[in-house]
Amino acid sequence: MAVKKFVVACFDEEDVLFKAVKQVRKAGYKLHDVYTPMPIHGLDTAMGLRDTSLHTAGFVYGITGTTIALSSISWIFTKDWPLNIGGKPHLALPAWIPITFEFTVLMAAVGMVLTFCYLCQLAPFVKKHHFHLRATDDKFVMVIECNGKTNDAEVSSFLSAAGGTEVNIQHAETGWWLGTYDKEQKLIADKTETVTA
Amino acid sequence: MASREFFEIPKRYKTWSAGLIGVGALSVIIAYIAYGRGEHPQLFWGALLQNSAFFLLVVNASMFFICATTLAMGGWQMSFRRVPEAISTAVVPIGIITAVVCLLIVLLPTHFYHWQHPDGDKILEFKKGFLNTPFYITFTLLTIVLWIVLGRKMRALSQELDNNPLPNAEAGRKYIFKNTVWASVFIAWFGLTTMSTLPWFWLMSIDAHWYSTMYSWYTFASTFVSGMALIALFVIYMKNKGYLEYTNNEHLHDIGKFMFAFSIFWTYLWFSQYMLIWYANIPEETVYFKSRISAQGHDSGPYSGIFWLSFVINFLAPLLLLMRRGAKRNYASMVFMAVVIIFGHWLDFYQMIFASIDPTHVNKGMFVLSLGIAAGFIGIIMNSVGNAMSKTPLVAKNHPFTKESIIHHT
Repeated sequence: MAVKKFVVACFDEEDVLFKAVKQVRKAGYKLHDVYTPMPIHGLDTAMGLRDTSLHTAGFVYGITGTTIALSSISWIFTKDWPLNIGGKPHLALPAWIPITFEFTVLMAAVGMVLTFCYLCQLAPFVKKHHFHLRATDDKFVMVIECNGKTNDAEVSSFLSAAGGTEVNIQHAETGWWLGTYDKEQKLIADKTETVTA
Repeated sequence: MASREFFEIPKRYKTWSAGLIGVGALSVIIAYIAYGRGEHPQLFWGALLQNSAFFLLVVNASMFFICATTLAMGGWQMSFRRVPEAISTAVVPIGIITAVVCLLIVLLPTHFYHWQHPDGDKILEFKKGFLNTPFYITFTLLTIVLWIVLGRKMRALSQELDNNPLPNAEAGRKYIFKNTVWASVFIAWFGLTTMSTLPWFWLMSIDAHWYSTMYSWYTFASTFVSGMALIALFVIYMKNKGYLEYTNNEHLHDIGKFMFAFSIFWTYLWFSQYMLIWYANIPEETVYFKSRISAQGHDSGPYSGIFWLSFVINFLAPLLLLMRRGAKRNYASMVFMAVVIIFGHWLDFYQMIFASIDPTHVNKGMFVLSLGIAAGFIGIIMNSVGNAMSKTPLVAKNHPFTKESIIHHT
């Protein structure tokens, strides 16, 4: 968690945004993120993001669910509390398949949602910095991270030339912190003009 | 790219399809000599019915795919839609073969369907309103003729744009509406036949005392997933030959998703059919599974090997091997899985028919001959598809949704 310096620019058109992303990557500036009101096909590839590992996590959660369901049901119905249900054998595998399936889906779904929220740093009672509120409405907001050597005036004019509007410089906390959006809070480390290498 | 508009059938393709048809014809003759004569010709007719019904339903699944995507206003399939259209032309020859086989089975003294002679059997007398020879013949002929006619209508609608592009957006809207009307007519008839009545007639009535409401869905899932695998095989073949320039990994990925999802759907029905009987304690329905899973005294039934093998290759293999994104976008893994799925569901059809007509043992000679007959049907499919693709342009370039397919992104 650290406060860093960012150059923020807004874009109105998708194709201008794609061209700007390409130019920024070519110029070697560090793209912090692009905030958009809706998912944009191909933007992740254009930004050079790797494929998400969320589905691998989902597979692991699913397998865990299958194992827990099968092992616990079979232990309960054969060892712990055997019941005679309609004269069926105690190890009644077909009857357990629906439950096992449901538990697999439940584990995979809940696990993936929680993992997704963690990766996006979304949770109740935590807060994140918004670079531009209209990123949730009608603007595509590109954020470029500065390091010690970055000339922010040069980045600003570069973004303006690439079609960005409302170009500005912000110092912002990158992580999440405890708090709610209805109240303004002082950041833990509210330093201005901090530069991290 | 003008020269790539039509498929030029390579010499080897023709040789292969002629050779496979030859193998099929030879297998039919050998099977007739070995099993088709005498008092009990059921094995011979079983092999013919298994292969003709299976491959007819598989190629007809292509037309179902076209109509379903049309009704869903899908655009992504347009870049390769001529491939399923070409596959659906095979409904004509295979449909005629199937009609002939079905008519011969009920008209000759084959003893294939014992509901033809109820002889005072209470259950069969009760089912006589549905299971009787005239209705069987009428419904079989009606089904196949309507499939051919409606399929041809859908193909004609698609081809009429090739030389006269739509003048404006209004004409495009009208054209799409006309497509949806005919597609829904086909789907309605498809629902009445493949998804309900036809598998009861052709396949389930071999066990005339037994019934399952899952049976037709099960058959549909089986043939639809094989149909998607067949489309994938032809799309990859055409890509490797340098055709279908607008089709790419994104489209293949979506075909792969269909193969993956409907393998799981098939398993859902495979399991539910057993589970409902088992869980609801219906002993009179267990006769179907006696030869397939276990006989009295918990010995394995003779077909249990095939039964479980088809579970492994139709469920576990697609589930584990097609799960990754990369596997659905790779030619080698998709070809492998498509062949495995088609063979697996052919094997499942083998088990569905032969475990009912010959429940006491698996006849290995008949199994090999049945594979030979299957080769003949594959040859017929190759022949029809090759001919259709060499006569119609491979890309429906004037269809309103073609651009949507070119920029398709999964």
